[in-house]
Amino acid sequence: MDFTFTPEQDALREQARAFLAANPEPSWKELAELGWTGVSIAEEDGGAGLTFVEEAVLLEELGRALYRGPFFSTVAVTLPALPDDLRAEVAAGETSWTLAFGPLVPDLDTADRVAIVGGDGIYELEGAEREILSTTDETRPVGVVRGGDPGRRLADSGVLEEIRNRTLAALAIEACGVARRALEFGIEHASTREQFGKPIGVYQAVSHPLADAYTRLELARSLSLWAAWCVAENDEQAPIAAAAAKAFAAEAAVQVCETAIQVHGGIGFTWEHVLQRLYKRALWIESFSASSSTLRAEVAAALLDATPAASGFVQTPVSLTQGG
Amino acid sequence: MDLRDTADEAAFRGELRSWIEENLPEELQGHRGGAARFEGEAMRGWSRALHEAGFAGLTWPTEYGGSGASYTHQAIFLEEMARAEAPPHVGVIGLGMAGPTIMAHGSEEQKARYLEPILSADEIWCQGFSEPGAGSDLAAVRTSARQKNGHFVVDGQKVWSSFAHLASFCILLTRSDPESTRHAGLTYLIVDMHAPGVDVRPLTQITGEAEFNEIFFDGVEVPAENLLGEIGGGWQVAMTTLLHERGTLGFALQAALAVQVRKLAALARDRGADPLQRDRIAREWIEVQALRFTNYRALSKLVKTGVPGPEGSISKLVWSEANQRVTKLALELLGPDAALAEENAPYGGYWQHQQLRSRGNTIEAGTSEVLRNIVAERVLGLPKSR
Repeated sequence: MDFTFTPEQDALREQARAFLAANPEPSWKELAELGWTGVSIAEEDGGAGLTFVEEAVLLEELGRALYRGPFFSTVAVTLPALPDDLRAEVAAGETSWTLAFGPLVPDLDTADRVAIVGGDGIYELEGAEREILSTTDETRPVGVVRGGDPGRRLADSGVLEEIRNRTLAALAIEACGVARRALEFGIEHASTREQFGKPIGVYQAVSHPLADAYTRLELARSLSLWAAWCVAENDEQAPIAAAAAKAFAAEAAVQVCETAIQVHGGIGFTWEHVLQRLYKRALWIESFSASSSTLRAEVAAALLDATPAASGFVQTPVSLTQGG
Repeated sequence: MDLRDTADEAAFRGELRSWIEENLPEELQGHRGGAARFEGEAMRGWSRALHEAGFAGLTWPTEYGGSGASYTHQAIFLEEMARAEAPPHVGVIGLGMAGPTIMAHGSEEQKARYLEPILSADEIWCQGFSEPGAGSDLAAVRTSARQKNGHFVVDGQKVWSSFAHLASFCILLTRSDPESTRHAGLTYLIVDMHAPGVDVRPLTQITGEAEFNEIFFDGVEVPAENLLGEIGGGWQVAMTTLLHERGTLGFALQAALAVQVRKLAALARDRGADPLQRDRIAREWIEVQALRFTNYRALSKLVKTGVPGPEGSISKLVWSEANQRVTKLALELLGPDAALAEENAPYGGYWQHQQLRSRGNTIEAGTSEVLRNIVAERVLGLPKSR
């Protein structure tokens, strides 16, 4: 058992953090030049041949930086449905994708092409009209598609389970990145802001909620990395790990942001402070795909019911025992 | 990153699992914790069996009679013991606290005298740290140790001392310099619990059982060779003890909580649960997984770097609060039957007992308030509150 990152994964995280700090709004082409769009794409298709764990490293940093662009919708969501030739285009930074698997389509403003779930498979949607909707989180626009025709058949609907697992695991680790940055703001403010002649972090009414925020974040991160590893390894626990991670991490991120806002007092409530953006991303993550309570209902069904609900869970791996 | 057991870990786990299956006496399986966990000759026999199989003091160096095993094997051992609902070795304080402290600070004579009987469960140890006026604030201890004619004379009172009624020895934190305050002037002694002037009185707790005791010391003579570390250096020695208290404990706690949640799910299947209760059961299952993988992260870092990761500091805090919620949720599932106790209650009163016992979880071995201070100050680097 080894639950640490490799030196290469740590280096990737450092590179990502430094790059995004210097380039807050990178283009798709720039991300491709860094090799990020092709992380898990095979080397013969121009990718790096790595795994979802490396993609999770990037998604955490992209969440932290509140990146706006089609990375989530292309890499986390649509990639399993793409045939090799289209993957090569993604790795080269020539195209980005999003998938219409619900009424609200993520990253519809920036994604070049749209895939759609229909009948027995996933198809490219051609000739559709796009409408970008006004959203609370301005860094993660969604839209709706109207009309259009199914074009090339991309994949069998069998990939939907993998897409679901990747989507949930990606949202979970992104939530951890959002929460980490909010917590850092909270710690910084509590350490430097003085009232009654002392830094406010001296007061346990301030420090204990921050300790709790840290605790929820670390638990969320453990679940998210477990889910990421399960997805990368195609482990039989991937469906329940991804559901558990998203359910927990989304709520944790919302809570951490709320704590950070409260610790900041008035400034935390202003438009000017970045906390409001982090908070809105956390709320977006909580609402997207499946809410925490919906996912917990699926977990409960897997734990308590003789026949699993129509949740996509494989029943056997839901093991309550340790190890093995 | 590979969350599977290595071949070596899987072999150890498999071997251990079958050993427990073959050797755990039926009457000891499914122990419900509390006072039952250390009473009776059968428990002594079980501890001896663990020792003979090499599972007592797993991480102790071989020169002191241990197995010199890795932290990972220790974690697997704790997981498997909890999973099988096997009671722990009765020498909890000796194995986890007194032994490692003697290894770190003791003389060769002390190591030769005390370590082996801890492993074999021939001698049980208790801890004399807390006092009526020194709980979370350990540096406020007042129990005195005067030097007189080449020995120490101990007077004072200790409290919340588990195993004291069974113990041969006590690791005792005293104030040897009456003029001193706080961390200076403390001295760490090994005290024979059968010496004249030692009086142990059990404390009946919220469950109706007596797991811990008060210890009164009235002019107790302690030989000079029972000094551990330096006179006046007791605080540093005590910190070694507390460091070991928190060591790999997290694995035992998390594995026990996993068993608790498994029983909660069985209870819900047995007696039904409404949608809101199902949501909370799912929450607790998710939380146990979170705790488990957080422990794995901390362990991996410890194995790779020799230093435990900061994640480990939240383990006991999370476990204690989760165990309180889980046991209370079980009572809710029992409905009006929750009011019954012991043999009149479903499952022999298991959940009623567990729920009451769990109130101690957020107090013993570091209160949740102290643990939050530790996270805030040592992990987050916030300014100190005192």
